[in-house]
Amino acid sequence: MSTVIAMQPKLEIVASAAPPAETQAPAAATTTPEPVAAPVANSRLFAYSRAFLRFLIPPLLGLALFIGIWAIVSQSSPQLPGPVKTWESAVTLFSHPFYRNGPNDQGIGWNILNSLGRVGIGFGMAALIGIPMGFLVGRFKFLNDMTAPIISLLRPVSPLAWLPIGLLVFKAANPAAIWVIFISSIWPMIINTAVGVTRVPEDYMNVAKVLKLSEWKIFSKILFPAVLPYMLTGIRLSIGVAWLVIVAAEMLTGGVGIGFWVWDEWNNLNVAHIIIAIFVVGIVGLLLEQVLITIAKRFSYE
Amino acid sequence: MEKYVQIENVNMVFDTQKGPFVALQNVNLNVAQGEFITLIGHSGCGKSTLLNLVAGLLKTDNGVLLCAGREIAGPGPDRGVVFQNHSLLPWLTCFENVHLAVERVFGAKEDKAQLKQRTLDALALVGLTHAEHKRPQEISGGMKQRVGIARALAMEPKVLLMDEPFGALDALTRAHLQDELMKIAANTHSTVIMVTHDVDEAVLLSDRIVMLTNGPSATIGEILTVDLPRPRERLALAENPHYHHLRGQVLEFLYHRQLRPAA
Repeated sequence: MSTVIAMQPKLEIVASAAPPAETQAPAAATTTPEPVAAPVANSRLFAYSRAFLRFLIPPLLGLALFIGIWAIVSQSSPQLPGPVKTWESAVTLFSHPFYRNGPNDQGIGWNILNSLGRVGIGFGMAALIGIPMGFLVGRFKFLNDMTAPIISLLRPVSPLAWLPIGLLVFKAANPAAIWVIFISSIWPMIINTAVGVTRVPEDYMNVAKVLKLSEWKIFSKILFPAVLPYMLTGIRLSIGVAWLVIVAAEMLTGGVGIGFWVWDEWNNLNVAHIIIAIFVVGIVGLLLEQVLITIAKRFSYE
Repeated sequence: MEKYVQIENVNMVFDTQKGPFVALQNVNLNVAQGEFITLIGHSGCGKSTLLNLVAGLLKTDNGVLLCAGREIAGPGPDRGVVFQNHSLLPWLTCFENVHLAVERVFGAKEDKAQLKQRTLDALALVGLTHAEHKRPQEISGGMKQRVGIARALAMEPKVLLMDEPFGALDALTRAHLQDELMKIAANTHSTVIMVTHDVDEAVLLSDRIVMLTNGPSATIGEILTVDLPRPRERLALAENPHYHHLRGQVLEFLYHRQLRPAA
């Protein structure tokens, strides 16, 4: 997940490095003995397309290198399907994403939607409990001191360690998977929200004190907007964790879902589908992250 | 003399890791209604501490602080504060920032139209009607500080407390806002206590200049009455020998008697 964040500044640098291209453009213009106006327009178009290419080339080159290595590796190991074979397999797979042949054989679309549904429920409940809890923990030192040892004890626990507890309590696979999502995605939201509350600038709280605002006004006009960027960071981390964990949880619990699908295809020895699943998980995770980054940008005030 | 704001035998001690730190010792000051007071002194002398005590943002167990005959028990909208760094809420427009204060003070008695009118009046008073829908990050530093002043004035406070309100502004903007503040204070008959480190600002604006000695254990060293007639005019004062005499007295206090050892 963090690679996406790290990538963006790099892209900006690439984009901002482009303008020098314009200084080279007149040299290109002198080679054509046209009237003055046309080469200027031409060279500008030239500069823009160069900037665009400079923006696109590095990531494309990276992808090409990745696929190249993959192709070479697949040559020497016959069990691993190469890029072409995987692509063909993916085209067949995605041409019927929503078929249903009984409970254990459903289209890739259903598998993705089922996984997203579990993540949505588990993550939603975690947000519903974690965010208000974060506000309380951040606002009242007593609560913070009370919960700090529990949070620091439970947070580093591997999410899958919670699965047996879930199975024991809910006596069913699906709620147990949701429970694992819930418990592993709640911590970043509690912690980030609480940190956000403690970082609300003293000046804003002084305004609240001078105006003697009610607790509700303090919350709605000062605390909530001030904490929102921190909260959204927590949500982003949480959803990353949730999406990371769902594949592993579903491998263990079964049912319909992308994680179970991976396991099923492993049992069928259909490696191309496993590789496709890896890409699908990556792309869906990337999209979730991008959506939240877009939301976060909308709510940053500095 | 009328005692509108009373400060009697006030000490302020902070508990620090190195033990108690005496910021203010034995401060006595009375401010009359409609008076413009500036607090001046070297940095670290506790002038902001004194202002925050009157605002109620700080509390002390030693001494008595009264405003309009009532003990200052905590912060409240009867003492409007203009903060050093404007402290506008960045997610609210200029209108909403002022309206938040107006709603809090007059919301119980007045209807929505009246509250809106009060907000607009306050923005008009500082000449910012055109910026009512702008967010703080879209306007200049001087404009932000004017919204801060509008917010404080809109509450119709008994006392206006200003903590180096123009400290972060450039010289020209500062001069412009000083002139505006003089007009506003005259029109609204406000009682103002203002912290500054600018000698010219102090002499230009004040009825009295309260000069604090260096901390720790700072106290009031001298109070200078500025008997220049109002309305005062910046350019005319530049050639006024009495203005220069008063200015000289403040400088004499700050740089001769209270000169800090080189830090």
